[in-house]
Amino acid sequence: MKYAVPVILVVATAFLMVLGLYVTGQAGSNLGVAKGSALYSSASTPEQALDNFLIDVQRRNWDRALANIASSSPVDKQSFIQDWLGSNGSLRSFSSLESFESRPLHATNDEAQMRVRLHFSTPIGPIEDVRDFHLIREGGAWKALWPKVEVPSVPAQVVPVTYLRWDLVTGGAEDQWGSKNVDAPHVRIISMNAVDSAEGATVMGEVTNEDTVPAFVTVNSTLVDGAGNPIDEESSFDKIAHILLPKQVSPYRIDFPGLRLKDVKNVRMDVKATLVPASADPVIGVMNQRIESDSQGKSVLHGDLLNQSGQTVNIPHVIASFYDNNGKVVWVSDGYVDQALLPQSSEPFAVEIPKSLSASVHGFHVVVNQYSLGKS
Amino acid sequence: MGQDFHAPDSATAGEETAISTSGSGKGTFYLLGPGVARKNDVTLGEEIKLGSQDTRTAGAYTAILCSDSCHSAVFFVSAAKPTSLTFLAHPSRVPVAQGDAVSGVAFPFDPYHNLVLAPATVNFQITAKDSSLWSRAVRAENGVAWFRTASGKSAGLVQLTATLDDLSTRRAVQQVASEACNLRIMGERTRTGITVQTEPVHDCAGNVLPDGTIVTFTSVGPHGRGTVDAPIKQGVARAQMEAEGATTISAASGIVMGNEIRIEARP
Repeated sequence: MKYAVPVILVVATAFLMVLGLYVTGQAGSNLGVAKGSALYSSASTPEQALDNFLIDVQRRNWDRALANIASSSPVDKQSFIQDWLGSNGSLRSFSSLESFESRPLHATNDEAQMRVRLHFSTPIGPIEDVRDFHLIREGGAWKALWPKVEVPSVPAQVVPVTYLRWDLVTGGAEDQWGSKNVDAPHVRIISMNAVDSAEGATVMGEVTNEDTVPAFVTVNSTLVDGAGNPIDEESSFDKIAHILLPKQVSPYRIDFPGLRLKDVKNVRMDVKATLVPASADPVIGVMNQRIESDSQGKSVLHGDLLNQSGQTVNIPHVIASFYDNNGKVVWVSDGYVDQALLPQSSEPFAVEIPKSLSASVHGFHVVVNQYSLGKS
Repeated sequence: MGQDFHAPDSATAGEETAISTSGSGKGTFYLLGPGVARKNDVTLGEEIKLGSQDTRTAGAYTAILCSDSCHSAVFFVSAAKPTSLTFLAHPSRVPVAQGDAVSGVAFPFDPYHNLVLAPATVNFQITAKDSSLWSRAVRAENGVAWFRTASGKSAGLVQLTATLDDLSTRRAVQQVASEACNLRIMGERTRTGITVQTEPVHDCAGNVLPDGTIVTFTSVGPHGRGTVDAPIKQGVARAQMEAEGATTISAASGIVMGNEIRIEARP
């Protein structure tokens, strides 16, 4: 009797192990079929062909993905891979295709147009990209037409840079009291607006560095209820250009998820500025800015970032403030560009405007934040 | 056996002093002060010596002598002569021509870091390139002398000096240009777009704005808007704008707007 419990446990464990192997084997075979060549080669519909193609891209089976591209596509393997994997330390090179959803836009017997939402996981959070794919029937199978990938190429050149730089020398503990005081930079919030958005309450506006030295700026906001008690405190996090050069203006946005302004009596703003070493380079121009409707009917601010310097900007970050006809900031949007900005080159960007505000937007101001590998 | 003792009317920090006692026999002496707590046996009728170490810290001291009974006395130790002058100047950077923008406060200290409360006259002076811009003599009260004045009209480094007798302490304040004034731009079409630049950017007092100050150029043309945040280099900010057709370009620095120019389309 005393051996009954151990024997039962051993038998149960062995049973579960066998069951586990069996179930895993089943799942594995399903997975194998899903990504296998049998299904891959017999894509009888554009949806199936596109799914196969994107699964191969997701799993980085580049040869099989390329085999599912129409032979008339002017694409080579290296530029195709670079298009998906990124290069030069860009945001795309730190991202992976998490999932996708496709839907047909138009289809005939020989060609089809598909729209795909691509969900990438990135270090700065999930990013969604919408792409339209054109598929044609080729040799009895559906294949994607892949446009020529323009890999930016920078000619060898010397770019003279007489850039400005601010270094910081701080005193030591042994210095006499008051002998090496350097004041923190003077920064000022020049506008503030609080609105209810779909996700909650949002506080936004613009902040400027009024000083003659660079500043590292953070804007904090506290919502206070009718009794004077703080409800929530949040900071601008990445919805601000933190390093502001003298007289530079940056939008800021602070989100309070799940809160409504009707519960708020007062908003306390707090701007903190610290003196930091900084460089005035690279200078990034924001060209061809225009508000257009995208394929989904959303208002989007488009433009091109032009790197006027001689150094690569790995991850450009665009922050835009939108104004109504009274010049009041009604929204602040931001977006990361997933391709690196090479010297003397340009990259397109797009930031979305909420549908409810698109009619009231009469102006905008764009600033570019930049993150470069090897630089803080 | 009676006993009595007399504390000094005044004492100076770091100087030896003595407490006289009367009577005979043995007693116990206690000294309590801001920087000391001491107990020792004494012989009544002899002086109790207080060494320089006992009175280094200025303030109120309590002397207690116990024999048959205890008696106490309070005496004050005042700071010695000033040997250092601490000078705090604020701010370290100040825009030119700002009223009451520069302030300074001086504290005289003796060799034992006691604040010297005795009245004294501190001379404050502001100089630039060896020429005196401003000076004032201020009577220190309770160990503090201070001033407040307007910033000068010229950008550059100025020295603030506080002097007390033969003591002198200097601080530097950077006077910087104020907001841009009459920001004007000019531009011309080039092979690749439009090159636009400011005239030398000054404030209203004629000081050149420091290098690194951002000037935002905005172009509006048939292809939309373009903006470039360009830093001033050697007094001038320059930017290269991409624009094909007729384009209007404006500039701003902080909250100051400049003029607007129109560049016609390439013929």
